[in-house]
Amino acid sequence: MKNKGTQYGIALSALILLLTGANLLFGSVDIPAEAVWHILTGGEAEKASWSFIVWESRLPQAVTALLCGMALAASGLMLQTTFNNPLADPSILGISSGASLGVALVMLAGAGTITAGTFTLSGFISVIIGAFIGSMTVMGIILFFSTLVKNSIMLLIIGIMTGYLTSSTISLLNFFSTAEGVHSYMIWGMGNFGGVSLQQLPFFGLFTVAGLLTAVLLIKPLNALLLGTRYAENLGINIRRTRNLLLIATGLLTAMTTAFCGPVSFIGLAVPHIARLLLGTSNHNSLLPVTMLTGGATALLCHFICILPGESGIIPLNAVTPLLGAPVIIYVIVNQRKIQYFN
Amino acid sequence: MKKTTVITATNLCIGYRTHKGETHVHDHLSFALYRGELTCLLGANGAGKSTLLRTLSASQPVLSGELTLLGTPLHRYSEKERSRTIGVVLTDKTQTGGLTVYELVALGRQPHTGFFGRLHHHDHHLIENALHSVGIDHKAHSYMAELSDGEKQKAMIAKALVQECPLIILDEPTAFLDVVSRIEIMTLLHRLAAEQDKAILLSTHDIEQALVLADKLWLLSKEKGLQCGVTEDLILHHQMDTLFPHHDIRFDYHHGVYYPTVNGKQEITVEASDEVLLHWTINALNRHGYTCLPAEAKNADRTHLAALSADRLIVTQKGETHICSSFEELLSVSLV
Repeated sequence: MKNKGTQYGIALSALILLLTGANLLFGSVDIPAEAVWHILTGGEAEKASWSFIVWESRLPQAVTALLCGMALAASGLMLQTTFNNPLADPSILGISSGASLGVALVMLAGAGTITAGTFTLSGFISVIIGAFIGSMTVMGIILFFSTLVKNSIMLLIIGIMTGYLTSSTISLLNFFSTAEGVHSYMIWGMGNFGGVSLQQLPFFGLFTVAGLLTAVLLIKPLNALLLGTRYAENLGINIRRTRNLLLIATGLLTAMTTAFCGPVSFIGLAVPHIARLLLGTSNHNSLLPVTMLTGGATALLCHFICILPGESGIIPLNAVTPLLGAPVIIYVIVNQRKIQYFN
Repeated sequence: MKKTTVITATNLCIGYRTHKGETHVHDHLSFALYRGELTCLLGANGAGKSTLLRTLSASQPVLSGELTLLGTPLHRYSEKERSRTIGVVLTDKTQTGGLTVYELVALGRQPHTGFFGRLHHHDHHLIENALHSVGIDHKAHSYMAELSDGEKQKAMIAKALVQECPLIILDEPTAFLDVVSRIEIMTLLHRLAAEQDKAILLSTHDIEQALVLADKLWLLSKEKGLQCGVTEDLILHHQMDTLFPHHDIRFDYHHGVYYPTVNGKQEITVEASDEVLLHWTINALNRHGYTCLPAEAKNADRTHLAALSADRLIVTQKGETHICSSFEELLSVSLV
């Protein structure tokens, strides 16, 4: 088992390097591979604009895609285990929409002064805080309902309903907002990994990595939770503390990705399944790291597809992720009798 | 031989605490649980078996009274200490299909392992031993999803064993199992209690197996509270009669099972060449609404049945004799 996890870890890391390379080489402007390499190793570029594109646009985007993918996939896995529900993920449970509502409140209240591309630092921090409060609130609501509603399908529906409620609140906000505010919110809502500039990257990276580390620290209780809360309690797990930590980690990861990149769907839902199918285990010791790496690779792949049109523009991210994610989920549901972790 | 107590309760009151107040399920329960013994908790649905088990495993608070575990009040235990003292096997649904049996059993080591749950040589040794003692070492690397219900239950028992707890509490471990697995699991638990000197307490509806294999019985009913004792003492002091306060069932002292009460209006005298034949003859007649009387009660008004063998059943009715060659034939004729 352990060997399989390590093998996939190495293979996925190689894939991530490859995809990062691809993301650095392709874009709306043609830059020769040698020039990109030259720029990254600290050399002078033939054209000043090339250097700017690589450093200010392509590199931050690739790193953002990688971190977002890892964050979303890890959140999805944590939610699936916590709620004992293979179809849980930040977007289905309405946690991303909670974050969106937080962002919408900040953006639309800011009436266009806070826009997606060019956040000022203070504006930026308020967006993140908005997203964090929004996602934590929804997560808290879902956790509360999970104590009342034992049926996992019903809980998913409550999550979907919460999502609708937040969406309609956002629509109402849009209605009463200025055109500029709505526009920047619309652009943000399509999802894109280009929202993080090089200056913001350390900040974004720090919080995301903190969330990912928290997830790694929760591996032991996550494994115990596979048995359900009563068994986990009997194994000495403090359920309330574990749930709170899971709440904070998932809330933080969802808030960071949603605030910077918009509500990205399907990565959180599908990637944990891909990782389980690859590894053939639900043991978080190997499943969590492999899920994170698969998430990173998937997000890089999605971003690469988004930038493929080159000069003609960028495909919205949320047009691509369902193309990869939805078939996986359908496959998993159709074959659930044959897949061990469902039984 | 002096037995060590694991749990002692005096004047224990169990039930639920809600924001509206306390709901008492049972008051004044006093009992003790001993090492090396298999104790079976029997009782009707709603008698409070689960509440009692949950209170003993500390997933529900004691409302009043004293509950001590190895000499220390249960509520003074930290989560960690408790997880090393009480192991549980529940009926809860788990999502462990994607774990191997070995990985599942390894989860039982969590109370003893470090922050990341890394397993050392000693842990692996214990896991292998536990897998061996429950008899599923050959399935160690199969997925939980591939196991039969009985094997899954064995894996959960192995999980409880590697927790190294002196007390193991099982909530209906034989529910949903076929008769072979039921007997296997009960025999296994009885053996483990003795071999590993553990106190094993389980709730069950499987009275036949409990009467055969339990070292002690705990009979729980709304009316009489908890009656504890050795099986035979309880049976011969007629405690089984009141376990289920229902008029339509009776405890059969010969066979140790509950039967529906016979209220046949027609009486018939029966004799048979051996015990087995007599038992099944009465069984057939009872089912068809006859009350069977011993051959001594024979008189001219009553029909008499003499079962010589399974294919030679002689009915004497109003002076006439009729020979049936099967129970099917016997039951198709009117016997009165």
